[in-house]
Amino acid sequence: MTETTTAADRPVVIRRLWKSYGSNEVLKGISLSVERGEVVAIIGPSGSGKSTLLQCINFMEPFDDGEVLIDGRPIGLIQTSGGTRTRMPEKDLNTLRREIGIVFQQYNLFPHLTVLANIIEAPVHVLGLPRAEAIERARFQLKKVGLHGKEDAYPGELSGGQQQRVAIARALAMQPKVMLFDEVTSALDPELVGEVLATMRTLAEEGMTMIVVTHEMAFARDVADRVIFMDGGMIVEAGDPKEFFSNPQHERSKAFLKRLLSNGEDTKDAA
Amino acid sequence: MDFQFDIFIAAIPSLLRGAVVTAGLALVSICFGAVIGIIGGVCRISRNPVLRYGALVYVTIMRGVPLLVTLMFLYYGLPSAGILLEPFTVAIIALSAVNGAYVTEIVRAGIQSIDPGQMRAARSLGMSYSQAMRRIILPQAIRRVLPPITNESLTLVKNTALVSTITISDLLRSGLEVMTWKANTFSPFAGVALIYLLMTLPLVWLNSVLEKRYRMR
Ligand SMILES: Nc1ncnc2c1ncn2[C@@H]1O[C@H](COP(=O)(O)OP(=O)(O)O)[C@@H](O)[C@H]1O
Ligand SMILES: [Mg+2]
Repeated sequence: MTETTTAADRPVVIRRLWKSYGSNEVLKGISLSVERGEVVAIIGPSGSGKSTLLQCINFMEPFDDGEVLIDGRPIGLIQTSGGTRTRMPEKDLNTLRREIGIVFQQYNLFPHLTVLANIIEAPVHVLGLPRAEAIERARFQLKKVGLHGKEDAYPGELSGGQQQRVAIARALAMQPKVMLFDEVTSALDPELVGEVLATMRTLAEEGMTMIVVTHEMAFARDVADRVIFMDGGMIVEAGDPKEFFSNPQHERSKAFLKRLLSNGEDTKDAA
Repeated sequence: MDFQFDIFIAAIPSLLRGAVVTAGLALVSICFGAVIGIIGGVCRISRNPVLRYGALVYVTIMRGVPLLVTLMFLYYGLPSAGILLEPFTVAIIALSAVNGAYVTEIVRAGIQSIDPGQMRAARSLGMSYSQAMRRIILPQAIRRVLPPITNESLTLVKNTALVSTITISDLLRSGLEVMTWKANTFSPFAGVALIYLLMTLPLVWLNSVLEKRYRMR
């Protein structure tokens, strides 16, 4: 990645990010710039810090050092007059978080609200959109994820795949600058994985900027513009997906891919 | 056996007047207790140490001191410090405070039983902590704690009997008065027990209905 564009042109810029839980160093100087419309797939063994990295991007997990810029604006820590850095006011943090959509492995839909109420909740109560406009937006997003007509259902009445697509619609209704996906198909029955991946593929084709933590290697290879392989809290290898999967450079990448292949065929038939 | 039907019948009007007092005290204290409990429950898990420890101290005191002692302290103890309170004021303060303490712990447990992913999802959408608490966490938590709160309300109805010690003519005291007046203990007490039972039965029923309904998730 050459620095021909400035940080302000990029939806997400991560610089030398460090994070530890107690004595456990989970992120060790991660740097990553994401271009507008780019789809970045992050792969790596369990415990390598992928979820923590996503949680640091919207500062749901505070990081210790380094910085994250959303559209050129730093999130989380701000400079004090004394030269040290401190947590930014919650209000500013909340404003920045609107720009970052995130979808979780466990969907995390609000079970006491209908599908429609789930989607309009934040547009109405965070953005202050008029209800009618929020509903219009919600219906548009629902149609896009293929759930037109499910407005009045409760999350508990939907399949896992449908719930996950509602979760995607809920994030999209905030019209974020970037979407983060954290192993969104890992909790799904195999037969429901395809519908969620198809939704994500459509989103990618429409030009959404996406950072996708995934175990779906076929998705990473076919949809992503770039693959990042993380291990032990560091980016071990990054590059073009076709290249990476056919010709991984690093020993640890090779070992990871080899282990995946020997673990069966379940990643080959996705989407 | 000392049961005399005519005394039992003659006692009823007086007992019913007492029952109205008991029911009124219970109802008001259940409502105040619910409000205190929701606020207290949120404070118990607050990041603000003043709120968190304040709520903990409150709960510990109210659960650790016998209700009878609290009542007597407020009614007989405070006047020596120059604070004179009406018996009804004392009763409502004491009952609400005790009920509120138990409800605080129930609400705290209810909030903590909600998947942390709910808070994470709400905050990630840009909601403030208090918005997420009010609109996402509490509505789910309160559904879940309705059965234990009904259970606590049942205990409260029975605990109101202690206010008879501070001159309030509640159901128990009305029974005691009839007893003295008619020189018969068994019949009025049978009436007292029966009326307490009739007042708590709806709560027992409500508790089982709520438990069935909210067991689903
Ligand atoms: N809330 C937490 N508290 C303490 N340790 C954590 C927490 N979350 C994650 N970790 C640790 O951080 C490391 C990275 O976890 P995670 O980011 O979830 O990895 P991945 O998503 O790649 O599987 C693991 O060692 C995990 O035990
Ligand atoms: Mg993870």
